[in-house]
Amino acid sequence: MHGDNTELVRVRDLHFSRGTKHIFRGLSVDIPRGKITTILGPSGTGKTTLLKLIGGQLRGNQGTIHVDGLNVASLKRRELYQLRKRLGMLFQSGALLTDLSVFENIAFPLREHTDLPEKLISHLVLMRLHAVGLRGVRDLSPAELSGGMARRAALARALVFDPMMIMYDEPFTGQDPISMGILIELIKTVNKALGITSLMVSHDLAESLSISDYAVIISEGLVVEAGTPEQLRSSKSEWVQQFLQGKPDGPVPFQAAAPDYETELLGSLDRSGS
Amino acid sequence: MNSRAIELLVGLFMLLFLGAMLVLALRVSNLTGFGGGDSYHLVARFENIGGLQAGAGVAAGGVRVGEIDNIEYDSETFEAIVHLSMNAKFDSFPQDTSASIYTAGLLGEQYIGLEPGAEVDVLVDNDEIYQTQSALVLERLIGQVLFSRSGSD
Amino acid sequence: MINYVAGVGRYWIDFLASVGRASLFLLNTLTALPSLFRRPALLVRQLHAIGVMTLSIVLVSGLFVGMVLALQGYNILIDFGQENRTGTLVALTLVRELGPVVTGLLFAGRAGSAITAEIGLMKATEQLSGLEMMAVDPFKRIFAPRFLAGFMAMPMLAAMFSAVGACGGYLLAVVALGVDSGAYWSLMQSAVNFIYDVGNGLVKGTVFGFVITWIAIYQGAESIPTSEGVSRATTRTVVYSSLAVLGLDFLLTAIMF
Repeated sequence: MHGDNTELVRVRDLHFSRGTKHIFRGLSVDIPRGKITTILGPSGTGKTTLLKLIGGQLRGNQGTIHVDGLNVASLKRRELYQLRKRLGMLFQSGALLTDLSVFENIAFPLREHTDLPEKLISHLVLMRLHAVGLRGVRDLSPAELSGGMARRAALARALVFDPMMIMYDEPFTGQDPISMGILIELIKTVNKALGITSLMVSHDLAESLSISDYAVIISEGLVVEAGTPEQLRSSKSEWVQQFLQGKPDGPVPFQAAAPDYETELLGSLDRSGS
Repeated sequence: MNSRAIELLVGLFMLLFLGAMLVLALRVSNLTGFGGGDSYHLVARFENIGGLQAGAGVAAGGVRVGEIDNIEYDSETFEAIVHLSMNAKFDSFPQDTSASIYTAGLLGEQYIGLEPGAEVDVLVDNDEIYQTQSALVLERLIGQVLFSRSGSD
Repeated sequence: MINYVAGVGRYWIDFLASVGRASLFLLNTLTALPSLFRRPALLVRQLHAIGVMTLSIVLVSGLFVGMVLALQGYNILIDFGQENRTGTLVALTLVRELGPVVTGLLFAGRAGSAITAEIGLMKATEQLSGLEMMAVDPFKRIFAPRFLAGFMAMPMLAAMFSAVGACGGYLLAVVALGVDSGAYWSLMQSAVNFIYDVGNGLVKGTVFGFVITWIAIYQGAESIPTSEGVSRATTRTVVYSSLAVLGLDFLLTAIMF
């Protein structure tokens, strides 16, 4: 452990492009240890991509990502897998294995990586299932769960190895108010009670800011603003204000980039007239 | 489906495959040497074997009693040496048994027919059949007919 | 014109790149195979999903193909007075050609498409990413068992197809058309060589199994993770595998027989 530095994840000058599209162009972000950090930004800014880069599933074109002092891109396969065992990730869809029951899904990482006796596995799994309130549905298949339950089951699975950090990919999207409340409560508990660093990617402002210790807004591949939720709310940046208040027009124009409307209209008249 | 049922079905699948291989080996093709010592070996020399091929049958009284293992050519006596692999069930052919090459039907493939003799001693492993009759070669037959006709005119 | 040339060039570069990607993918799958020794249960599960589930369609088709061959063969051979050789015709056709080829086509349609769809959906529902983030290698856990199972099951299915086909031929020729039973089998036996005919047929089946499963897994893993992408990948699997089976069959026949 590198307990002396306060940030668990340190991203420096990250460049990443997919085809000809530049997703990150020199992104630098710190994720503090033991806190809930939210990464906010309009859809399509590569928030999920950032999580995949941190987890080592994708490699950046330039720049470095350090997780707990380890440079992710330079790790060998085995070392990367060692690191991933200490990271949990909650996918938007839950990503539960459809051919296994809920119980087996949560037991899955234990069975894959350890030779624990069946009794101990059962204890560990039921403990996590109880924590997320799904002990009663252990024998159902993932397809029989509601979206919110699937996410809770996936959270139980992510917690099964007591990770140092959990990454949440859009945890609140498409949830009814009750599941949303449950998830918010769970994320807070996981962070406060277990001391697990939480990194959340979201565009649900109110919910995510309400539980975040720290928030980063990214847009067009760069950090626009970073700080505590209060600092963001009092930001002078017009862009941040537009994003936080959801104004339809502002620095981010309502109209997608296009040639001037008037000239385009007149131009077409000219063409039809000639 | 539980893993026990899956294991059973896969086991059944394997058994079916084995059964299929047995059918292919023993029914569809004739895999000899299956089980080793249930065949014995005979040799026969022919002046001319026509279109006889390895794998063709050996029949006695129309019943298949063996098959042709391989065919060699003896460049000293200018004869074809045919090795027969005989079914061990049929082990009582007399020493003076004769072997002829026949054709199954007009266009069929050629096989060796055995005509049992009258001696008391029987053919055993690695014996040779001395009385042989070559294959009838159609061209030669036609030649003979034409020759005898022109001779009689 | 220059655009056209550039387009052709780009097409070939893309093609080369995809060949390279598919080869690397195969290499990764092959190097993951030894891990199955420690997890035989994964292989058994896939043998069930790929082999057992394809069995019924293979057996039924084998029976009918054998019967059709016997009927057609009988009708032609009887003109030459050689109807006793119906069995020879049925067996050689099945063992050398139709066994591996028809089984290959059925396998591509039944098992290949299922493999692609399953892996494609696992990708679309982030299950593959999820496995990676749980430090579980999808090559070891997902791809290798499917690959080995397909590779093993295909020649087995081809052998069963041929065996059932020979019996189907028997039913039609002997039971229905009155060919002599002894002649049916014994003429078949004298014409079919186990090593040369049956063996080469099995080699064909093995090669087809290798290629079909490779295509199916690769298409699944490379599919675009949307419903349309998965459906396209599934179609591609069936089309490419069928073409590969027919093309390779020609090549192998030219080499073998």
